[in-house]
Amino acid sequence: MSDNAQLEALVSRGYAHGFVTEIESDSLPPGLDEDTVRNISRIKNEPQFLTDWRLRAFRHWQTMREPEWAHVRPHPVDYQALSYYSAPKIKTDGPKSLADVDPKLLETYAKLGVPLHERARLAGVAVDAVFDSVSVATTFKDRLEKAGVIFCSFSDAVQKHPALLEKYLGTVVPQADNFYACLNSAVFSDGSFVYIPKGVRCPMELSTYFRINAANTGQFERTLIIADEGSHVSYLEGCTAPMRDENQLHAAVVELVAENDAQIKYSTVQNWYPGDENGIGGIYNFVTKRGECRGRNSRISWTQVETGSAITWKYPSCVLKGENSVGEFYSVALANNYQQADTGTKMIHIGPNTRSTIVSKGISAGHGQNTYRGLVKILPTAHGARNFTQCDSLLMGTQCGAHTFPYVEIKNSTATLEHEASTSRISEDQLFYCIQRGISAEDAVNMIVNGFCKSVFKELPMEFAVEAQNLLAVSLEGAVG
Amino acid sequence: MLKINNLHATVAGKKVLDGLTLDVPAGQVHAIMGPNGSGKSTLAYVLAGRPGYEVTAGSVSFKDQDLLTLAPEARAQAGVFLGFQYPVEIPGVNNVYLLKAAFNAARKHRGESEVDAFEFLELVRIKMRLMQMDEAFLSRGVNEGFSGGEKKRNEILQMLVLEPALAVLDETDSGLDIDALKIVAQGVNTLRSPERSMILVTHYQRLLDYIKPDQVHVLARGKIIRSGGSELALELEARGYDWLTQV
Repeated sequence: MSDNAQLEALVSRGYAHGFVTEIESDSLPPGLDEDTVRNISRIKNEPQFLTDWRLRAFRHWQTMREPEWAHVRPHPVDYQALSYYSAPKIKTDGPKSLADVDPKLLETYAKLGVPLHERARLAGVAVDAVFDSVSVATTFKDRLEKAGVIFCSFSDAVQKHPALLEKYLGTVVPQADNFYACLNSAVFSDGSFVYIPKGVRCPMELSTYFRINAANTGQFERTLIIADEGSHVSYLEGCTAPMRDENQLHAAVVELVAENDAQIKYSTVQNWYPGDENGIGGIYNFVTKRGECRGRNSRISWTQVETGSAITWKYPSCVLKGENSVGEFYSVALANNYQQADTGTKMIHIGPNTRSTIVSKGISAGHGQNTYRGLVKILPTAHGARNFTQCDSLLMGTQCGAHTFPYVEIKNSTATLEHEASTSRISEDQLFYCIQRGISAEDAVNMIVNGFCKSVFKELPMEFAVEAQNLLAVSLEGAVG
Repeated sequence: MLKINNLHATVAGKKVLDGLTLDVPAGQVHAIMGPNGSGKSTLAYVLAGRPGYEVTAGSVSFKDQDLLTLAPEARAQAGVFLGFQYPVEIPGVNNVYLLKAAFNAARKHRGESEVDAFEFLELVRIKMRLMQMDEAFLSRGVNEGFSGGEKKRNEILQMLVLEPALAVLDETDSGLDIDALKIVAQGVNTLRSPERSMILVTHYQRLLDYIKPDQVHVLARGKIIRSGGSELALELEARGYDWLTQV
């Protein structure tokens, strides 16, 4: 077998998280109108301001159209055929502690390797787990509360911290920002909420695990993280879904706010079901993530490893308002089989001496199409702004594609921008060199791909970096063989 | 150790090896010389099992097993090492990482436990001193930005670490200045042992000033046309190949 054939065969073992949990759930019937929105709000016992907020979003959404500028080709989504709320059935209003959580759910998370119980303590990671539409458990609440950190489900935050919510909700990603964000604003069901008070360094990594289980549901979670003056937080997010033949919609919104001298590090390992090797099924991951560096010397850092989803459409961005604020984006995106990824970032420089770094590594294999799309915008007020962008693409096989669309808008002549880009492929020479040293083709490809991604992986928290490497290896199985 | 019998091989449909027979007993170092395009590198690749190098007839036995039925990585694990003429760059992959993976793959194959990073580093350091290589080499990408001489030294370092039963060095001497040549030769001589065989593919007699071969073979048009002792190399240096190939 030629090296090339080996390469093409090394990208396809199974999707390990594709199981379905048989669990009773309360779901709204399919369909979307104002009553659906009101129903969600009522189920969640929301204050009037939030119901009104949702309805405003819904009314505006009806005037919008799906964006068509991305280099992706989704099948049409029938928004009336989706159910907008699905929750595992529970005896009471919601799980008050882990003991109230359905053991089947805990089993699911155990299968996924999410540390809900004692393992959480060992791992030192506080986890909020979102199953379909609701948050099922948040670990480590007490310890975090002692530090003054609020880490809870979005629904809890609605009940307990409505003032904070009203102050910040939708201030980074406005309702009308885009089609999917607007839909999310109308029908979001749960998500995570984090508030780090002034001067507090969050004592542990915070983590959310998202899982879509029910069929024909969309998942619309919303995450809001506020880092008050001088505070620090590192937040991790992981995602999985069962294998189904239909495409499922995931349209999330994440908003980050960093005040003066605050730092937020947001890491994602996205492993939604990518569809089978013929491109049937898989998640449509249409996500809006944006952080605002409001205060001076603030820093927001996005790190993402995107291996899953049939289609990924996401651009975690930074709005650099505060003087000397810093935005970072480190990304590894893999498109294997028939996956399509259109991902990148926007760095909007508003304040003086703002700096941003973009490192994007795209891997294309099989028939995968991988697009980097980025915008660096320097406004007239951003004196001395700097950006460094590096976009590298790695191709495996002959059927895949890599595309790069870097947009630059500069309205201040004192800005400094650097852009580096490369496209390469794993060569037969590289592969044979490793094989001749006794390393299997599969290990060799993983080694070379990991080498390619190294500058991004080193930005991930340690345990996550290992998980990301393994995930990449699994996602590339069959790409060489 | 290595018995090649009547080996025929093609590359992209073109016949390159045409009935090559060669016997390299354990403990011996053989040099293979010959004009450009005579099939020297092809022989090296065929032994290593490089895809695209098709064996059409003949046999190769290595340590009494049929080498040609083994997958390329299995040949390497069984102790066949190829020192590449043009070592490829693999950006981002640490030199030491590749080396450790290779070392442990061979250990695993022998049913031995893998060594950890600390043990391995100790071992590599000793070998690096022998090759007069700076430790900074280890954390650089495999051959990334290496000079020609550094790449060749790196090949020999890998050989020293992996301690193969059969080493095939494909023009390891080309592109080396005289100091580097001596260091490479020292590395090779260190590994000479009764359990180990080596094949040196070379164009120049000067390598053989530092590594004394047990036998010298002339390869032309895909087969061995003359074999002799180290004095044959000197004769080739003086007279070229024409007097042999025109027979």
